[in-house]
Amino acid sequence: MSDLRDLYQEQILEHSKAPRNFRELGTANHQAEGNNPLCGDRFTVYLQMDGDAIRDISFQGAGCAISKASASMMTQALKGKTRAEAEQIFERFHKLVTGKGANGEEEELGKLAVFSGVSEYPARVKCATLAWHTLEAAFEGQPEAVLPDED
Amino acid sequence: MTTAARKLGSESCPSPDTEPLDVEKIRADFPILHQQIHGKPLVYLDNAATSQKPRAVIEAITRYYESSNANIHRGVHFLSEHATEEHEEARRTVQRFLNARSANEIVFVRGTTEAINLVTQTYGRAHVGAGDEVLITGMEHHSDIVPWQLLCNEKGAKLRAAPIDDNGALLLEEFARLLNPRTKIVAVTHVSNALGTINPVRKIVELAHQHGVPVLVDGAQAVPHIRVDVQALDCDFYAFSGHKIYGPTGIGVLYGKASHLNAMPPYQGGGDMIASVTFEKSTYNKVPYKFEAGTPDIAGAIGLGAALRYVESIGLDRIAAHEHDLLEYATQAISPIPGLRIVGTAKEKAGVLSFVFDTVHPHDIGTILDQEGIAIRTGHHCSQPVMQRFDIPATARASFALYNTREEVDALVRGIEKVREVFA
Repeated sequence: MSDLRDLYQEQILEHSKAPRNFRELGTANHQAEGNNPLCGDRFTVYLQMDGDAIRDISFQGAGCAISKASASMMTQALKGKTRAEAEQIFERFHKLVTGKGANGEEEELGKLAVFSGVSEYPARVKCATLAWHTLEAAFEGQPEAVLPDED
Repeated sequence: MTTAARKLGSESCPSPDTEPLDVEKIRADFPILHQQIHGKPLVYLDNAATSQKPRAVIEAITRYYESSNANIHRGVHFLSEHATEEHEEARRTVQRFLNARSANEIVFVRGTTEAINLVTQTYGRAHVGAGDEVLITGMEHHSDIVPWQLLCNEKGAKLRAAPIDDNGALLLEEFARLLNPRTKIVAVTHVSNALGTINPVRKIVELAHQHGVPVLVDGAQAVPHIRVDVQALDCDFYAFSGHKIYGPTGIGVLYGKASHLNAMPPYQGGGDMIASVTFEKSTYNKVPYKFEAGTPDIAGAIGLGAALRYVESIGLDRIAAHEHDLLEYATQAISPIPGLRIVGTAKEKAGVLSFVFDTVHPHDIGTILDQEGIAIRTGHHCSQPVMQRFDIPATARASFALYNTREEVDALVRGIEKVREVFA
C-alpha cells in the first residue's frame, strides 16, 4: 500500500492551504481557463508575457489540494522563464507524475519533485496537470484548455 | 428464528415484511463484497453510482448464455422460443414490480438515460412546440435536463426548473406556480441522486394532471430503495436502470401508460419494431415492440428479472427500513464532526449522504477514504445545477444499499478522521 504522505507531502498541503500568486493579474496579456469536468476543478491562469519571457504569472479558481498546489508551485517555478523553458519543465513534470520518467526528472524539477507521489494514484494525474494544460492554452491564445483523454 | 426466516437472501423464501434484514446472510449473496482494497476490507458506499450484483443475477446471466441463448421473437426452433419466453417473463416481472396494468406498458431500454431520451424524441417532439414549456425541478440529474434542453432548443420551447430550498426539498408551491397552459410535460426525479431527497411524486402528478400535463418520473435512485406503484402514483412515464437495483448494466425500463405508448411515434427504426416493410411504407409493431428496434439485450433483461425477484424475495419495505436505519445512524455519526456539513437535509430522504468537509476538496476525501478501502463518489454527481444552488464545486457522497452495515458507517467515520489527520 502506498503511503498517503507520499501523495500529500507537507509542501503540497501547505501550498493548497496558502496558494502563491493566487490572484487575478491586471497586467496579463494572456489568460486561459482550465476545467476538469470529472471533478469540477476550475482554474484561470494569467500570463504577462514580455516577448518570449514570462514576466508575471498568477492563477485563480477552485480545486482539490493536488491541483491547487500544482498551480501554485507552477507559478513560482515559471516566473522569469521563457516559454520554451516552461514547456520543457512541463514535459519533465508530466513524466514525473505519470511515472514514465527516466528518474532524472526529480533532480531537474527541484521543488516540483514533491509531486512524484502522484504517479501511484493514476486517478489524480489530471489534478496535477490541470494548471499546466491551462498554461499551454494561454500560450496558444486559446480561451479554454483542452484536456487530453490520457494524461 | 425459524430456519425459513433465516434464509432471507434466497429467492425461494420470501420473509415477512416486518422482520429486520439478516445483513450477513445477504452479504453472502454478493461475491464482490468479500475482498480487500489496499489491504483493508472493502466498504462499498457508492451504490447510487451502481450497485453490486447478487449471485442470483450473475448466475441467471451465465445460465442464459450456457443453455438458452438464441435470438428472440423470430425463430421457430426450441432455443429461440425458450429465450423469447425468458425475455418476456422478465418483462412480466418488471410489470409486477412496478404494479403496471399490463406488461405491454414495459419497454426495455439501455437505462434511465435512454428511457428519457425515448420520451423526449417521441412524445416530446410530437407535443412540444414553439413557445411551449417543459417543467423540471432544480434537483434533476443531467440525464433529466439535457434531453429536454435538446428538445426545447430544436422546437423553440422553454425549459423551466422549479426551485429547491436550502434543505434540498422541492418548493412545491413554486412548482405549482410554474405550471401553466404552455406547460406540455413535467419531468421530475423521484429521489435525488446528489441530495437523497424523496420528491412528493403523487402530489406532483396530481398538480400536473389538474392542468392536463403528463408527468415523467426519473426513478433511477428510487426503485432500489422505496416501493414504487405506478398506478398509485398515476404517473404517465416512469424510468429506471437495472444496474442501480442489483441488475446488470446496459438494461433499463421505460414504463408508459398504454394510451401514451400507443399514440407515440416509433423511437428507432429497425427489425422487430415493424409489422410489415415495403420500400414505400412500413407499418409498426404493437407496443412495446414498436419501441424496441433491433436485437435487444436479452441477457440483460433476464438478469434484471432475476435482480427484481431477488429484491422481492427480501421485500422492499424491509430494505427501506434497513437503509433508513443506516442513513439515520450515519447522519448522527457524522453530523458532530467539526467542519463537516451535510448537503441535502430534506425531511424525506433515501439512501444518500452528501457532505463537504472543512476546506478539504471532496476529491482529496475520496482518495484518502479509498486508501482505507472505502468507496464513495466525489464530484458534482452529474448534477451541476444542484452544486450551483448550494454554491459548492462538489460533494463527497456515501450512498447505501441493502448489504451495508452500521460497522461500515463506523469505518466511514474513522476514514473522515483520517482525512482530518492528513489535512491537519
